[in-house]
Amino acid sequence: MSVMKRLSLIFRSKANNALDKMEDPRETLDYSYQRQLELLQKVRRGVADVATSRKRVELQINQIEAQSRKLEEQGRKALGVGREDLAREALTRRSSLQTQIADLRVQHDNLQGEEEKLTTASHRLQAKVDSFRTRKETIKATYTAAEAQTRINEAFSGISEEMGDVGLAIQRAEDKTASMQARAGAIDELLASGALDDFSGQRGDDIQAELDRMGGGHDVELEIARMKAELGQGSAPKSAIESGAPQPQQQPQQSPQTQQYRQPGEGL
Amino acid sequence: MIVRIMGEGQTEIAPSDLDVLNALDGELEAAIEAGDEETFRSRLHDLLDKVRHVGRALPDDSLEPSELILPPADASMEEVREMLGDEGLIPG
Repeated sequence: MSVMKRLSLIFRSKANNALDKMEDPRETLDYSYQRQLELLQKVRRGVADVATSRKRVELQINQIEAQSRKLEEQGRKALGVGREDLAREALTRRSSLQTQIADLRVQHDNLQGEEEKLTTASHRLQAKVDSFRTRKETIKATYTAAEAQTRINEAFSGISEEMGDVGLAIQRAEDKTASMQARAGAIDELLASGALDDFSGQRGDDIQAELDRMGGGHDVELEIARMKAELGQGSAPKSAIESGAPQPQQQPQQSPQTQQYRQPGEGL
Repeated sequence: MIVRIMGEGQTEIAPSDLDVLNALDGELEAAIEAGDEETFRSRLHDLLDKVRHVGRALPDDSLEPSELILPPADASMEEVREMLGDEGLIPG
């Protein structure tokens, strides 16, 4: 027998089994309606769970992108001070972060797809539940066993099939989300521990440490230039004036505002 | 005749379109029996595309049981096998 026919038989037999369990059809209708409301709740929770997972992945992408930009900046800075080896290291690490970002984007798109599907299923089920409730009340109000049985079976089969379909959709979404949650949790831990900075297996942010050390040298030069200016032995560094640093009482007369030092990034 | 594409809802198709759907369905079944995932995927998409193309979507609040039911577009061959098995994936 074909796939289409076999699947519809499976759905139908499930609906029939549920109907057979009930002696009073009115009881069947009420019980079925309760189950529909429960499933609707479950679908709504499912949509919320998937949305939460999606937002979490978005947050992780943003965090890793920030780290990636930082490494790019460090690479540029390292090149600026003539340290091609450091720049190469920074860009290598950035490359592994880019791979992580690409993986997370795929996950994000999958989650977004699940979210959209569940939202559609939720709307469809809501419309069917409302329709079933109306029909259920009509049948109950005009109930006579002979005439109602057929109408009950039709209404029940229709809603039961929809519930089976939506139930499977939510089950699949839960399965997919569970595996993504586990991965997201692992990335959260890496982000929290700072290890995500370090996919190359080396310790901490040594590129920054090296740049800081070199930058520290500049700071010393700047400080010396500033002190010399205060003592009247040279001109004050431009950056000190621009940054609103306190100016000495006695400025050297007509001192030209030429820079007597190198700006960071000019090379050593 | 009413056909359900799981996860998408129900569509109504004309009896005249049934032959071509049955032919595609037969090819889908053969792919499952042969364990050919690639052919399965392509036949499943052909079948779903055909139903979407020739069918008229039923309103969301209709309570009609379907005569034919098709797996969701992103179902794997293994999933469909499980659906068709004794245990079945379908809740309820």
